[in-house]
Amino acid sequence: MQDPRTSIIEKRLQNIKRVIAVSGGKGGIGKSVTSSLLALALSKEGYKVGLLDLDLSSPSDHVILGIKDVMPVEENGVVPPEVNDVQFMSVVFYAQDKPTPLRGEEISDAIKEILCITRWNNLDFLIIDMPPGIGDELFDTIELFKKTEFLLLSTSSKVVFETVRKLMILLQEMRIPVLGIAENMKRKEESFVREVCDKYKLSFLGEIRFDENFENAVGNVEKILHTKVFKDIQKIAKTLSKQIV
Amino acid sequence: MAEAVIQTAIDVAKREGFKKVTLIKISLGELQGIEREIFDSAISELLKMQGNVFVNTKVEVNIVRTRFRCRACEHEWTFKDISETLDEGVRESIHFIPEVAHSFMRCPKCGSPDFEVLEGRGISVTSITGEK
Repeated sequence: MQDPRTSIIEKRLQNIKRVIAVSGGKGGIGKSVTSSLLALALSKEGYKVGLLDLDLSSPSDHVILGIKDVMPVEENGVVPPEVNDVQFMSVVFYAQDKPTPLRGEEISDAIKEILCITRWNNLDFLIIDMPPGIGDELFDTIELFKKTEFLLLSTSSKVVFETVRKLMILLQEMRIPVLGIAENMKRKEESFVREVCDKYKLSFLGEIRFDENFENAVGNVEKILHTKVFKDIQKIAKTLSKQIV
Repeated sequence: MAEAVIQTAIDVAKREGFKKVTLIKISLGELQGIEREIFDSAISELLKMQGNVFVNTKVEVNIVRTRFRCRACEHEWTFKDISETLDEGVRESIHFIPEVAHSFMRCPKCGSPDFEVLEGRGISVTSITGEK
């Protein structure tokens, strides 16, 4: 018994230069905002960018970027729509606004199916918004994308960092490239995240300031571009685009 | 999907060192709603493009009816039992990603969203036979 999807997935991803998965293990640390804005920032830098929302149970990138009334176009698979110069794919196009409760093997099947049908353009970067957890989606991403680089997101909370640390150890154990750690929701000057990066010999990719007005910009890209959050992520995007892997 | 099947056959032929692929057996799950006529025609067109290894390759397709089981109450049902309650847009969504059945279906007996597809989910290549 052969799964024909694995043969075609490799072909579907062959024209993507770099795949960056934004992860942190913990929920609510800003992975979706960071992924969405990173894709926007790289696109503003002139790169061809795709954004894949891999959070199957609570996809939210479309809410952040205000993406509505568009659908992938069926053409020997499906071609994801381009919105704000970012090619965007999410399960939300098919599950609509309904909850999609999936268990282990079903999650893997859904991810394989998405990758199997999606025809990306030639991309410089594909940004993957990873769901919380260090289970199915993480292993599927590593297995199916082959060349994934991880951008880890933490806050200055010790509770959050405990999970980030575990994810980091796991990725290092599996010899998966980790680009570094970015500190999100930065509120105070002192922080241990930078020191931790030194300890684990990881790059500190930058700080993303907490912006209490960000919520007002959600769903409106024009407003997002003027937020502190976007400006900080833009700096991270510049750093990432200069990194040679 | 047809492209995926042929790519699998190409990969297997290379791996096994087949000079000719004589038979490809495919299992098609009902849930994915693949239109047989379009699928057959796509397979046959793609085979023509592959050269000598795939000349006169036979393709056998077995349709597998979809069965579900509720994990909460163990009730079993078929896709046929409920397919008429799903509109065309939903069926198309399930065609692209069968797992979104979990967004639109519930156990007909207890209403639970926690159910599994026992068989007939999607497409698989059950065997590829060739000559070395």
